[in-house]
Amino acid sequence: MASPQLHRFTLPNGLRVVLAPDASAPVVGVSVHYDVGFRSEPEGRTGFAHLFEHLMFQGSESLEKLAHFRHVQSSGGTFNGSTHPDYTDYYQVLPSAALERALFLEADRMRAPKITEENLRNQIDVVKEEIRLNVLNRPYGGFPWILLPPVLFQTFPNAHNGYGDFVDLENATVDDCAAFFDTYYSPANAVLTVAGDVDVAAATALVEKHFADVPPRPAPERPSFAEPPPSGEVRSTHVDAHAPMPALAIGYRVPDPVSDIDNYLAYLVLAGVLTDGDGSRLQQRLVHTEQLVTDLSAGCGLFGPLEARDPDTFSISAIHPADVPTDRVIAAIDEELSRLAQEPPSVEELAKVTARWASTMHREHDRLTNRTLGLGSAELLFGRAELIYELPERIAAVTVDEVSAAAKALRPDSRAVLIVQPANGADSV
Amino acid sequence: MSAPATHRSAEEIGRTPLGPRPLPPLGEQKAAADMSHVDTVLPNGLRVIAVRRSTVPLVELRVRVPFADPAESSEGSQHSAQAEILANTLLTGTATRDRVQIDTELALVGGELDAVVDPERLSISGSSLVTGLDTLLDVLRDALTGAVYPADEVERERARLVERIALARSQPNVIAREALQKHLYGTHPFAKEMPEADEVARVSRDEVQALHAKALLPRGSVLAVVGDIEPAQAVSAVEEALKAWQSDGEAHEMAPLPMVEGGDLVLVNRPGAVQSQIRLSAQAITRTDPRYPALQVANLVYGGFFSSRLVENIREDKGYTYSARSHPEFTSHSATLLVDADTASDVTAAALLETRYELARLGLVPPTESEVDTARRYAIGSLLTTTSSQAGLASFLVNLAGLGLGIEWLVAHPERLANVTAEQVAEAALEFFAPGNFTGVVIGDAAKLAPKMRALGGIIVP
Repeated sequence: MASPQLHRFTLPNGLRVVLAPDASAPVVGVSVHYDVGFRSEPEGRTGFAHLFEHLMFQGSESLEKLAHFRHVQSSGGTFNGSTHPDYTDYYQVLPSAALERALFLEADRMRAPKITEENLRNQIDVVKEEIRLNVLNRPYGGFPWILLPPVLFQTFPNAHNGYGDFVDLENATVDDCAAFFDTYYSPANAVLTVAGDVDVAAATALVEKHFADVPPRPAPERPSFAEPPPSGEVRSTHVDAHAPMPALAIGYRVPDPVSDIDNYLAYLVLAGVLTDGDGSRLQQRLVHTEQLVTDLSAGCGLFGPLEARDPDTFSISAIHPADVPTDRVIAAIDEELSRLAQEPPSVEELAKVTARWASTMHREHDRLTNRTLGLGSAELLFGRAELIYELPERIAAVTVDEVSAAAKALRPDSRAVLIVQPANGADSV
Repeated sequence: MSAPATHRSAEEIGRTPLGPRPLPPLGEQKAAADMSHVDTVLPNGLRVIAVRRSTVPLVELRVRVPFADPAESSEGSQHSAQAEILANTLLTGTATRDRVQIDTELALVGGELDAVVDPERLSISGSSLVTGLDTLLDVLRDALTGAVYPADEVERERARLVERIALARSQPNVIAREALQKHLYGTHPFAKEMPEADEVARVSRDEVQALHAKALLPRGSVLAVVGDIEPAQAVSAVEEALKAWQSDGEAHEMAPLPMVEGGDLVLVNRPGAVQSQIRLSAQAITRTDPRYPALQVANLVYGGFFSSRLVENIREDKGYTYSARSHPEFTSHSATLLVDADTASDVTAAALLETRYELARLGLVPPTESEVDTARRYAIGSLLTTTSSQAGLASFLVNLAGLGLGIEWLVAHPERLANVTAEQVAEAALEFFAPGNFTGVVIGDAAKLAPKMRALGGIIVP
């Protein structure tokens, strides 16, 4: 596919910069990815990385509280931030006339965020409302991204709830924020991405103008989060007060996406063979033929593929009527995996997955927000922003035998099974 | 918390020797490229809008068929249930393709095609690699002119739909939406966004096929195709593919809605809820009303974006909510304003008080020049970014077409926004945001909410 020419450089303070010019529309995307996510937060401070993300919007040396939002929006732009297992991202997408303003806003909070007790208390309240909205007050809240990791993993960084416990959130202090910022939000620990309608020379000059005097600090040493896969099948049941039907999620470990990406991609293709479209193996059998489940899905990464380092997860999730036993659903999934392990999928099955992935990637890149964030996270995690343009070809290169081998590696004796039970009895359907 | 041996204090972090710096000015804004397009009506009555946007080698397809219940009341009407089954089985079988073949053919060209139905319309959305446009159109043709609704597929989708409805109705936002629509519109078919399980169970294959013949019609419908295409060629391809889609009848538009009148809210009990949904509504005006740009700006200042009075008050100042917003909702002939906030039980009454206060304040202390300017530029800029992708543009255009508008409206709208004055915004604020215009619902744990809600007043507590 036609991929735009990427330009990259590193400032003396260590900030890595990726420029991806594309003049098809007069809009520009700016993002900063910091190499810290919720896997790095310490025990007793669950949810801290996400809480800190909120605080980065609360003002900086040149910007009063609320000013960041107002400057982005009065420039015609949109913004957001999000916290992932291994990184935290911030972005603005705006009419191209506002490029310098977006760089100014990101530089100001990278250089000197204003962290106050009042704003910390306010954002703890807001984050608690966010958790009520997305987890506590709704059915299947946190399924499976919060609920599966503690079954599949044993160490705190991998297993804990990244949204955080209310008690931990309330215990956060301004000094915790200062320590977290000084440790992890150094320019040498970040990637700045500028995509869209920009002139490379002018954009380079603006990046230097605004970011060059962000004081250098060393990048923290990145710990390994490696731990062994489960040595058996680990099961856990979660009771959900709002869910009308049972659900289950099966979690497996996958190859290291950074050091072994081609093997990792075989699992991505396997997920498509299993659950992408009415003709896929599990949709056909579980949803349509045997009618065991209402909906199901499979995929790499609990936030999407290629968005975390090792250890990463392959999961299959389903919601099913209460009169279908959990083990019947699992047995049918195991049979289909075992069939694929014994006999590779057809070339046509792979061609379907490959073509749909090519489409999906094009669509993602057509939205400037997704393209900017995709380039930034690929540069941060893989050191290769261009990976996002290479993926269709690399996915197409996965062979039927590699997919079969991936299916074989999803072993019943090394996995997590999370069962969600409705609180109000068995037959609530 | 484990920290490095030494770190700066928050105060030290927040200042540099240079001190605060000035905000850079905006640069020169380039205009968006002209959109080469064709907007025409085919001999079968289908309106087709084709637009070239060649950013990626894809094509996006959107079909909108007016599909309203012709009955005056949803009570005793099977339309909603039949329409849901139709949408869920439209793409499961034709004379020449079964469900799996349809999926396979689409997948091989990187394609998708889905149908969904709501009280106003049946929407078919699709996309594929641009080289697959002919396949996409051929599958669409086959379904529109030859869907056979296989008995086993209808039976399966009936059971699955009942399960999906149960899932949907366990979501607080769905519970709130159904309660609001019922409160606003009673038994008008517009309020019925989902059928009941017993209605679904009664739907037969023959009824679905009859509904298809009677209601899934080209005349009055619109198809938008956006992507790496030549518009005239794309229109020819659509015309050739869909020439057998014929009927003398016309797709059925929804009957006009009653006006929303202000009045007491209703508290709906959801025992055990830890958070409440506040949902308010008032009558508004359509996009074609000359006052609409002023209303659009007034809505942004109230709660239409992050830098709004409502969000700055109940989120950034008081921490009552994560999500609060207001937005217009358009139907074919009218429009409403909706205000949504989700908030913890113990602060729900206080959040409602502030929400009403900000409604009154918008009219009495109207948006300043600076507030108007921020909202105006956000409206212009976000229109540009929303419509800069193929998918975003296709969805925007098909919605405009549903209101009888076209790409000309989109192209001219930035200038309409640029010309809005603070006086016009103040008039719109006073007229449309008066608290007395609003009614609505609050969903939450009534036992926890009742004492404060009774004290606040203007809400019927069970």
